[in-house]
Amino acid sequence: MTEYLSLSLILFTIGAVGVLVRRNAIVVFMCIELMLNATNLALVAFAHQHGNLDGQIAAFFVMVVAAAEVVVGLAIIVSIYRTRRSASVDDADLLKG
Amino acid sequence: MLDLVWLLVAIPLVSGLGLLVWGKEADAWGHLVATVASAASFVLGVVAFIELAGRDADDRSVTHVLFTWIEAGPFHVDMAYHYDPLAALFVLLITGVGTLIHVYSIGYMAHDERRRRFFCFLNIFVAAMLTLVLAADYLVIFLGWEGVGLASYLLIGFWQHKPSAAAAAKKAFVVNRVGDLGMALAIMLMFAQLGTTDIASVNASIGSASTSVATAMGLLLLLGACGKSAQVPLQSWLLDAMEGPTPVSALIHAATMVTAGVYLVVRSNGIFDASEAARTAVVVVGLVTLLVGAWIGCAKDDIKKALAGSTMSQIGYMMLAAGLGPAGYAFAIFHLITHGFFKANMFLGAGSVMHAMDDDVDMRHYGALRTSLPITFATFALGYLAIIGFPGFSGFFSKDKIIEAAFGYNVWVGLGTLLGAGVTAFYMTRLMMMTFFGEKRWRDEVHPHESPLVMTIPLMVLGAASLLGGALLAGDWIVDWLEPVVGHTEHHELAIPALAMSAIIVAVVAVGATLAYLTYGRRPVADVAPLDSQVRWPVRAGRHEMYGNEINEALVVRPVQHTTRTLVFLDGRGIDGFVTGLADRLGEASQALRKPQNGLVRSYALGIFAGATLVLVALLAVTLA
Repeated sequence: MTEYLSLSLILFTIGAVGVLVRRNAIVVFMCIELMLNATNLALVAFAHQHGNLDGQIAAFFVMVVAAAEVVVGLAIIVSIYRTRRSASVDDADLLKG
Repeated sequence: MLDLVWLLVAIPLVSGLGLLVWGKEADAWGHLVATVASAASFVLGVVAFIELAGRDADDRSVTHVLFTWIEAGPFHVDMAYHYDPLAALFVLLITGVGTLIHVYSIGYMAHDERRRRFFCFLNIFVAAMLTLVLAADYLVIFLGWEGVGLASYLLIGFWQHKPSAAAAAKKAFVVNRVGDLGMALAIMLMFAQLGTTDIASVNASIGSASTSVATAMGLLLLLGACGKSAQVPLQSWLLDAMEGPTPVSALIHAATMVTAGVYLVVRSNGIFDASEAARTAVVVVGLVTLLVGAWIGCAKDDIKKALAGSTMSQIGYMMLAAGLGPAGYAFAIFHLITHGFFKANMFLGAGSVMHAMDDDVDMRHYGALRTSLPITFATFALGYLAIIGFPGFSGFFSKDKIIEAAFGYNVWVGLGTLLGAGVTAFYMTRLMMMTFFGEKRWRDEVHPHESPLVMTIPLMVLGAASLLGGALLAGDWIVDWLEPVVGHTEHHELAIPALAMSAIIVAVVAVGATLAYLTYGRRPVADVAPLDSQVRWPVRAGRHEMYGNEINEALVVRPVQHTTRTLVFLDGRGIDGFVTGLADRLGEASQALRKPQNGLVRSYALGIFAGATLVLVALLAVTLA
């Protein structure tokens, strides 16, 4: 049990640090997926421990939402790349105050 | 016909407003339309007058409701006219003198490029003045009251390119506002105390209210009358109003509008009958004004201003008579009508003289004009004999009656009016001598010529009226005629017979005229006015209009300006300072808040992580504690 949670924690941390420090939008996006999957892992592990299906169902929901999010997110990234010739998240700062 | 009295107002109103918006092509014939409109009103007025005179004395009053003007809960105002003997006389005076002055203006304003506009304003004035005298409700009177005020403002400032004319118009408007405030407050008081503003109801039900209410109402109405009729203390605007074209001075500032205050007092006779104090105030105002006006008239070298001082003084007579109560109402109206004739005549005569003298108004530049302007001189002389009260002329009868009534009221008031009659003779003789007699003191380029017929015919008609106006008193006609409106005219028996009284008045007048003749007729008149420092104090005070402007300046204008400046300072630094300060602080705060929104997605993400961590730690802390 501890192993699963440790792995989940490590993956989540890698993902979070990746989101914060990487500039490439694709990499940031992959890091977000990593965080989602780390969470899924934790959910499934807890479901196994409690012996019911609640956690697994939640994991499925996360996957479905993640799939939808990938569709929208990738579309945005492609569109930004087309207009600015760059996939760096720091370049897209038009909404600053 | 009496159902159509509203046409009296409608015709000049439609004509005036129509010509105002018509456009340039009306320039050629606009003045004729305006004159015909005024004449049509006069004809209607005569027809209505004849019909009214044909009725029984008890039946001579028609009230006709045109429509409901204001309907709000218990407050009900009808747009109605009330045509009775008093209104009938005023209608004839306004439309009659008004039409003559329209005709005169055709000649006088012939070379003014804005003549059409001038006639529009004259028409609007006639309509407003008729509204004032025909109204059956104080609120409708107020409508006409403000209408004549507007017309007066527009016409005083008609030559608005002259800064002095623009300033005079503004001054007349502002001073009249003070009086209008009194009038408005009186109307509010009527509604608050009596629940109605209908003239007949107010005058009938004032008896049920307390005397103090009647006094307050009377004093407020008197304030309104003082503003409109240029009575002390609101007299200062009338002399400046002479900046307007001369026909305006004749129509508005001599014959009709300035007498509206007297009309108001007489029309409100129920209120004034109910309050001794208010009547006394009217008498005092009238007496002071008649002496002050006469004093000013003696000192002015400007022919129009001398006549304006005289107008003030004569209206003072009317006011005084109106303040005498039932003993004087009819004589106030009688003098008002004869004054309308002879003063309009003399103002138009002065206009004719100015026309001949290239618009010079300084009498010291006149002299010996009787041969160059024979018609003007003859008609002016008729007006002159009328105003000083030469036996047989209209002014003799009207002034005589007022002085008699004043002696019946109080011997000191009587002596005041008698003195006024003497001074009137003095300043009018002075004016005659300086203008028509003596040496020629003309400027070099001036070549006097008689005015065209279109200007002299009105003069002749008014001259005849000045001579014959006294016929209104024949057999006490005017007294009987007005009895349904003002009640029975009481007659006080004097200690001396009426004939002796008349003889005394004529003697005083003769003394005044002789003094003026000796001073200005026998000795040459300097063609440059002596400096203020060379004349004695009475002349200096008269020239400065009894320091009326200075008194207003010190008592009202300066304190108000000071208060205004203080208020502006408090408003700017206090209230505005607080509000703008608050806005400034908010602006600074939002500037600071802009900084975190830098558009960088990663810094937002850091914020979210930090926040989530914070929440997590807090949850843990709560759970573990």
